[in-house]
Amino acid sequence: MDNTIILETNRLRKDFGGLVAVAGVSVKVRQGTSHSIIGPNGAGKTTFFNLLSGVFKPTGGTIYFKGHDITALPAYQRSHLGIGRSFQITNIFPNLTVLENVRLAAQSRGRDNFKLLSDFRAFGRYQERALEILELVGLRGKELTVAHALPHGDKRKLEIGILLATEPELLLLDEPTAGMSQEEVPGIMEVIGKIKASGGKTIMLVEHKMEIIMRASDVITVMHLGSVIAEGTPAQIANDEAVQAAYLGGTHTYRGWRAHQP
Amino acid sequence: MQPLSSWLKARWPWLAVLACLTLAPAFLNKFYLGLMVQVFILAVFALSYDLLMGYSGILSFGHAMFFGSGAYVVGLLLKGAAWPLYAVLPVIIATGALMGVLVGIVTLRVRGVYFAMITLAFAEVIYILSASSQLRPWTGGDEGLHGIPVPAWMSPTAERVTFYYISLSFLVLMYFLARRIVNSPTGRVLIAIRENEARAATIGYNVFWYKVLIIVISGVLAALAGGLNALYFRNATPEVLGVGRTIDALLMTIIGGMGTLIGPVLGAVVIRVLGNYLADWFGPRWPLVFGLIFVALVMFFPWGIVGTLRQRPLRGLAQWIKRLSRGAGQKAS
Repeated sequence: MDNTIILETNRLRKDFGGLVAVAGVSVKVRQGTSHSIIGPNGAGKTTFFNLLSGVFKPTGGTIYFKGHDITALPAYQRSHLGIGRSFQITNIFPNLTVLENVRLAAQSRGRDNFKLLSDFRAFGRYQERALEILELVGLRGKELTVAHALPHGDKRKLEIGILLATEPELLLLDEPTAGMSQEEVPGIMEVIGKIKASGGKTIMLVEHKMEIIMRASDVITVMHLGSVIAEGTPAQIANDEAVQAAYLGGTHTYRGWRAHQP
Repeated sequence: MQPLSSWLKARWPWLAVLACLTLAPAFLNKFYLGLMVQVFILAVFALSYDLLMGYSGILSFGHAMFFGSGAYVVGLLLKGAAWPLYAVLPVIIATGALMGVLVGIVTLRVRGVYFAMITLAFAEVIYILSASSQLRPWTGGDEGLHGIPVPAWMSPTAERVTFYYISLSFLVLMYFLARRIVNSPTGRVLIAIRENEARAATIGYNVFWYKVLIIVISGVLAALAGGLNALYFRNATPEVLGVGRTIDALLMTIIGGMGTLIGPVLGAVVIRVLGNYLADWFGPRWPLVFGLIFVALVMFFPWGIVGTLRQRPLRGLAQWIKRLSRGAGQKAS
């Protein structure tokens, strides 16, 4: 495991009026690891991701990416620095084809975005890249389907495909299996496995499905009511009393929590 | 390169239309040629509006300010300052672009309806300025500028055929320019922004500047159309800056089909030609009839004429013809 810190937050905070969604979170993410964020509903996980990807501006604290302060940068600049993000609620370009969804993400990495008078089909490299990614996420053969017509599981794959096409170093996956049936989950897990196997990528994962968390994480950070209450390896977290109290006292009761200990 | 025959096969309907339009002066009288000129000018205006609304998802209620500014630049410089026409052209383009940058940078901080409202306010300010009595020595106040001197070789009255060809070339040129832009990498980003603005930003596009860019392009096209309009009517009145102009563009785009390029052109034909005949038949009550037709068009062509035909290309009619021809074939055999 590499010891470089790729992402660090320092007392990151977000208030919505009187509600404190993220209450001073300090986290260090090591390069090349799979770092999961778990916690009961309303723990502030998605808000935390929104702060990292630049969707929201924090009300306090700082974010460092590869040693640079990125707290004030807008979302599109963070994307170019190498922070990619997928969304819990599917966030695609609904009336464009699957291919075009991914091709646009690939095009954003090039220098051809302002070539006003050339045909976009003249830049075949983006299309080739998009097709490679569709192969990787298992959507090959559906490239001409209009995105909103895809089944839910395929939309989740497309969501990750769009993210991968921006070639991020740090992937923020916000509940990649959200709303999926049990049969669809292995497909997504296979995709995440491939991303891990390709090496060099750091993955931050928010998930509710414990078997996924326990299997896919190197480090787990547990959030509760906007704060970090525990951090450690899957085995450490599974035996942590504060974590169990947060879950049992919260809205979630995780059946089989112990059964999934590694 | 594809062989000429297949190129022709794919495009013959368009070439036929273009040929008809080119030959039209041989068959049409001055009045109808004039009507066509107005259609061409309105078509470019609608096309520029569609680049915003149909392709980029930006709803503007102040598009007349670009059109009207083009008209007033022509009026002020040709009549007031007696500039030559070739020197006025770059000023029209610069004015459209500058207004686009200004409107974009100031108003794009808000979205959707709020953006539409602020553009409306902008346009109204310019409209009121144009009609104000303090500026009467320059703009002619609420009467506007009349009798703009147009070079004799392109006089809209004496040389109407020349003027017809100028406006036809203008439309064809602007149509192909818009088509290039829409199919460029930039055009695809604009479509992405229309589809899902937040997502376009998270995959790395600076949404703000893309929107400013398309407002500038659209503003320049509209200003050029306004300039030609002033040359044709030889006047620039506050009416060309009024909200009615914007609504014209909106109607033409919706009737023709937003997010298509030929749609707004067709919309311009429908609005101008239909408006002309309805006024003949129904006199001053024609907008009432037009309103009913508009409601019917929106009901039966919810995505505009072109948009709806592309989605379900007269399925019923096509099947009926197919059945008919099959029946005829069986009888013959």
